[in-house]
Amino acid sequence: MPHVPTPPAPSADKRWKLVTTSLRRQGNAPHALIEGMHAVQQAFGHLEPASLRYLAAALGVPLSKAYGVATFYHHFVLEPPGAHTCVVCLGTACHLKGGPAILSAVERAHRVKAGQTTAGGELSLLVARCIGVCSLAPAVVLDGDIQGPCTPAQVLERLAPCFEEPEGSPR
Amino acid sequence: MSVCTLFVDGREVSAGAGETLLEVLRENGIDVPTLCNLEGLSAVGACRMCLVAVKGQGRLMPACTTRVWDHMEVTTHDERLDRYRRGVLELLFAERNHVCSVCVASGHCELQSLAAQLGMDHVRFDYLHPPLAVDASHPRFAIDHNRCILCTRCVRVCDEIEGAHTWDVAGRGVKAWVVTDLAEPWGESSTCTSCGKCVQVCPTGSLFVKGHAVGEMEKRTAFLPYLARRRKGTP
Amino acid sequence: MTTPDELGDLAERAREADAVYCERLRVCTAASCLSSGGAAVEAALAAEIAARGLGERCQVKPVGCLGLCSQGPIVAVETLAGEGRAEHLVPRMQPDEAAAVVERMAAELPPERSIAADIPFFSRQQRIVTANCGRIDPNRIEDALAVGGYEALLHALHEMTPAEVLDEVHRSGLRGRGGAGYPTGLKWRTVAKAAGAQKYVICNADEGDPGAYMDRSVLESDPHRVIEGMAIGAYAVGASEGYVYVRAEYQLAIERLKAAIRQADRLGLLGSAMGGTSFRFHVEVRIGAGAYVCGEETALLASIEGGRGTPRPRPPYPAETGLFGMPTLINNVETWANVPPIVRRGGEWFASIGTERSKGTKVFALAGKVVNNGLVEVPMGTPLREMIFELGGGIPDGAAFKAVQTGGPSGGCIPAEHLDAPVDYETLTQLGSIMGSGGMIVMDEHDCMVDVAKFFMGFCRDESCGKCVPCRVGTVELHHLLEALARGSASERDLALLEELCDLVRHTSLCGLGQSAPNPVLSTLRYFRDEYRAHLAGRCPAGVCAASARSEAAQ
Repeated sequence: MPHVPTPPAPSADKRWKLVTTSLRRQGNAPHALIEGMHAVQQAFGHLEPASLRYLAAALGVPLSKAYGVATFYHHFVLEPPGAHTCVVCLGTACHLKGGPAILSAVERAHRVKAGQTTAGGELSLLVARCIGVCSLAPAVVLDGDIQGPCTPAQVLERLAPCFEEPEGSPR
Repeated sequence: MSVCTLFVDGREVSAGAGETLLEVLRENGIDVPTLCNLEGLSAVGACRMCLVAVKGQGRLMPACTTRVWDHMEVTTHDERLDRYRRGVLELLFAERNHVCSVCVASGHCELQSLAAQLGMDHVRFDYLHPPLAVDASHPRFAIDHNRCILCTRCVRVCDEIEGAHTWDVAGRGVKAWVVTDLAEPWGESSTCTSCGKCVQVCPTGSLFVKGHAVGEMEKRTAFLPYLARRRKGTP
Repeated sequence: MTTPDELGDLAERAREADAVYCERLRVCTAASCLSSGGAAVEAALAAEIAARGLGERCQVKPVGCLGLCSQGPIVAVETLAGEGRAEHLVPRMQPDEAAAVVERMAAELPPERSIAADIPFFSRQQRIVTANCGRIDPNRIEDALAVGGYEALLHALHEMTPAEVLDEVHRSGLRGRGGAGYPTGLKWRTVAKAAGAQKYVICNADEGDPGAYMDRSVLESDPHRVIEGMAIGAYAVGASEGYVYVRAEYQLAIERLKAAIRQADRLGLLGSAMGGTSFRFHVEVRIGAGAYVCGEETALLASIEGGRGTPRPRPPYPAETGLFGMPTLINNVETWANVPPIVRRGGEWFASIGTERSKGTKVFALAGKVVNNGLVEVPMGTPLREMIFELGGGIPDGAAFKAVQTGGPSGGCIPAEHLDAPVDYETLTQLGSIMGSGGMIVMDEHDCMVDVAKFFMGFCRDESCGKCVPCRVGTVELHHLLEALARGSASERDLALLEELCDLVRHTSLCGLGQSAPNPVLSTLRYFRDEYRAHLAGRCPAGVCAASARSEAAQ
């Protein structure tokens, strides 16, 4: 295969080092695209067009393919996420035990739809189709922390700090 | 090449081993409807129009991606298969806005003619009418996403024949759509060569040459098998 | 590089190190217990032991899943010396209880609050896949070695030809635990026979059925077992590269798996010159990115290749044309975890467990309206009634059982009249459901079957890749029809259309996701048609759907 020169990182940001290391570990091969996206998202929180352009160039992947892959997988986000994230599990057990009520309570209270971020950027509300802790149903994940079983009121209470202080944490 | 014998709708047919069932059916003048398939492009088995019944197989098989084997017994048409084909077409018509009377490709549209051929004359499902855009930013061509059936012929011809891979599918499920580059306006694409192959292979009025009025857009796909052979380097 | 003798020494030393303790406190540190505070409990117990100077005789050991997940965090208090071995489980243990638990343990008294280890939830289980879960520290390879980890691999590498390994797996009658139940031995033989310069083995850990978490638990509790199984499979079919494809949601499983691979590499149990032989096998972890359809094997391959996870028609099967076009052996986590015991104890031993056509055990995740939520491993053929009412402890709050859902979005709901059916591949299929990967969700009289069907159809709609028309559009239209039913606005004609469309989607979709998407509808129509009819009349008997609100408002 012809050698593709690795393009320069989009910026001097040190986090790009993590990404380039991850790509190099896979020999900058096209099949490292998803791994590369994981690395970018872990470092920067989301995949912006400049990042996708960089990944495509570095791995020799067409731009439209990079975009197609990034938008196929629910885990990847193209918009900057909110300061906090709340994932409401809607797996079968959570569905039966009240997950939908939690979701609509959060949607109503913070005027945000599932998959969106509040206007002030405080909170990204996401849904999951089973996070595999069915014994804690209904469960939510607040900033990576699994909590359950929860009532809508408890979730709202734990989310309240996100909207009070700039540095609030949903504990 | 070794030869095998098939029984298609009770008729004996011979084929070269390694051929696809669709190739064999076409060689023998047996008609099976197709939409995503196009000679000269790789087969993807996505539209499900060419599903046939093969004896001994639990599932219906797409003729376009199935390689023939000796003594294969195939049924290409019966009440059930025809009903399924009409049903799939019905779903396609329900999915986006296929209003023939205002379409540039009306009269030259593969979706439209297939519906007529199979007698699919009304849609019983909810019309989903998603809010989709038209991108006319390219100087010569335009895409109307309302007419797209996601057959991916444009994606394949751009990748496999032109080598540009400007098009790809983005999103997933019913929210999937075709995009150029990073879903930027087509006219701003840094990879598009403006060759127009995507327009010619599009089975509907989704991709069209600007300046055509209703019913004026005729597609030309004859170049494709020839180009595909040239690309492979075979004489 | 570790030879069988050296491995024996390492295992012996690990066992000796364990034998010095008189008591052991095993703290569950699988995801569910960790999220309810398992780490704090572990720290509190360790501090308490240290404060009392009991460190020499009592070990605090972080372990994997103890099974009874709804009672977490769980601690197993184990007495190893004295009057005799005894084990008690402390449910929902809080850090401030550490002093009391340790005090009673030191006084050789059972904990004040405890669940006996011999309740049916535990005593009716037969643990092969989960034998080490909750017993070993998943972060220490020495712990795995102490209970025989990697013995089967070294035995295979040194004492068996690849053909003999294939024979043993074939004799065991093991079938794929991912859902479809394809004979594992047959699959392995096809890959072994296939020609290819490079072959791959893959562990499908993209466990995505809502309500199923067996694979997560096995990876978090005993990752070495899965790696060992894969290495044995690689030896049998002649592969030198392997991938574990894990869903991104399973962060803890990913960490433990990666750590386990590093440890096995360091001991020469993976990599080149494995176990002192010329065989080499290299494993990498690939992380999914949130696409249920990637559990379908051709979609999984597309994803490992860095593309959109869209399935392609089979044939050709991955066994012949798989990853990067090469012959590829794909099994799921539980299937791989069954391999080392089969090699160690023989295929015949395995085949003696279970039923005529479904051999061995199956791990299930019991969830929903059942008293004991958690993981159970039972012999194939165990009746549903035993699983739900004995192991599961029945339905909470005195409610009446309505149905049990198996197989997730590809499965169906089985009603009370079939509770005596044995759990095996054929029976579940006959009942309109499937074995699936092992989710078992119990539903009671307050659950509406139309709502459940709508829930699963919504899932399939959201997870459809969009490649083929019947799945992409059909699931949306099916969901519309079910929504109309739930609203109480559907007509007889809609019900007929629902059935016709189910038939279409089932028979014309490209991959298993679409083909099985109608199953939850079809099975609930089969057993609960009355409920559908009630919705036509604007009434939801369980009071879940909007239909009932409408009819109440009208009255």
